[in-house]
Amino acid sequence: MLSIHLILFLAFAAVALAGAINLLAQTHPINSALSLIAVMAALAGEYLLLGAEFVAAVQVIVYAGAIMVLFVFTIMLLNAGVEERTKGSRVAVIVGIPGMLLGSVLVSWVLVRHSGTESVTVGVIPGQTNGWGDPAVVGKLLFHEFLLPFEITSILILVAIMGAVVLASKPPSTAAGGPPKEVKD
Amino acid sequence: MVPLSYYLVLSGILFACGVTGFLIKRNIITIFMSIELMLNGVNLSFVAFAAHWHALAGQIFVFFVMVVAAAESAVGLAIIIAVYRTRETLNVDQVNLLKL
Repeated sequence: MLSIHLILFLAFAAVALAGAINLLAQTHPINSALSLIAVMAALAGEYLLLGAEFVAAVQVIVYAGAIMVLFVFTIMLLNAGVEERTKGSRVAVIVGIPGMLLGSVLVSWVLVRHSGTESVTVGVIPGQTNGWGDPAVVGKLLFHEFLLPFEITSILILVAIMGAVVLASKPPSTAAGGPPKEVKD
Repeated sequence: MVPLSYYLVLSGILFACGVTGFLIKRNIITIFMSIELMLNGVNLSFVAFAAHWHALAGQIFVFFVMVVAAAESAVGLAIIIAVYRTRETLNVDQVNLLKL
């Protein structure tokens, strides 16, 4: 019997899988980036089905919003075109795609076969969660029990910001207006 | 209600797609996006287990994964820009200075 929950799960899963396969099939990076956004939006729907409302919102805002905008800006900045095929990547296609299919089928078979049919049901209808997974509860847990990892994370973000600024800034000789330094080889 | 294994299968397939993209793609930006796809697959299994065991810590870990992914993509894209500035290519096969 198909419940509405299962139907929604299958719909979001189909979108996510189509996006993931399209990411592999496309040769232009901007098309891959857009299909990755579709995957992330579909995953936000799955998080909603699992009762994780705050995670779903953060997924859309941070992943599909901030990180993917960074990717799209980089693609446009570098004017990335269609990727060239080379010999090594053809070998990877011949070996990699059957390997991926084999691994996926094996993992799926093990998971479906060796999990009981009772007590494995998950999924809560949004609105019936009794406050589980809403921002207040998540925030309380994050700022009490996980306060130290949270603070360490802020240091990580600071280091990442400084690293990005240093790495992406122009070399000092060209920035000062002097002749560009020969960096090749 | 959806069995937990369905979510895990979806998560595993997304991770496998990410690994495949990492291996077969030659564009350095697309390789980077495949890493993000792998992280998303792991996040889905975190949230599914959190819902299964009613353990909210799983959702907290998703936030940490997202923060690390954001930091990683900021630094990684800066490295890509630096690579493009010096080598003027995005093809990883042409970035082979360390190869014998």
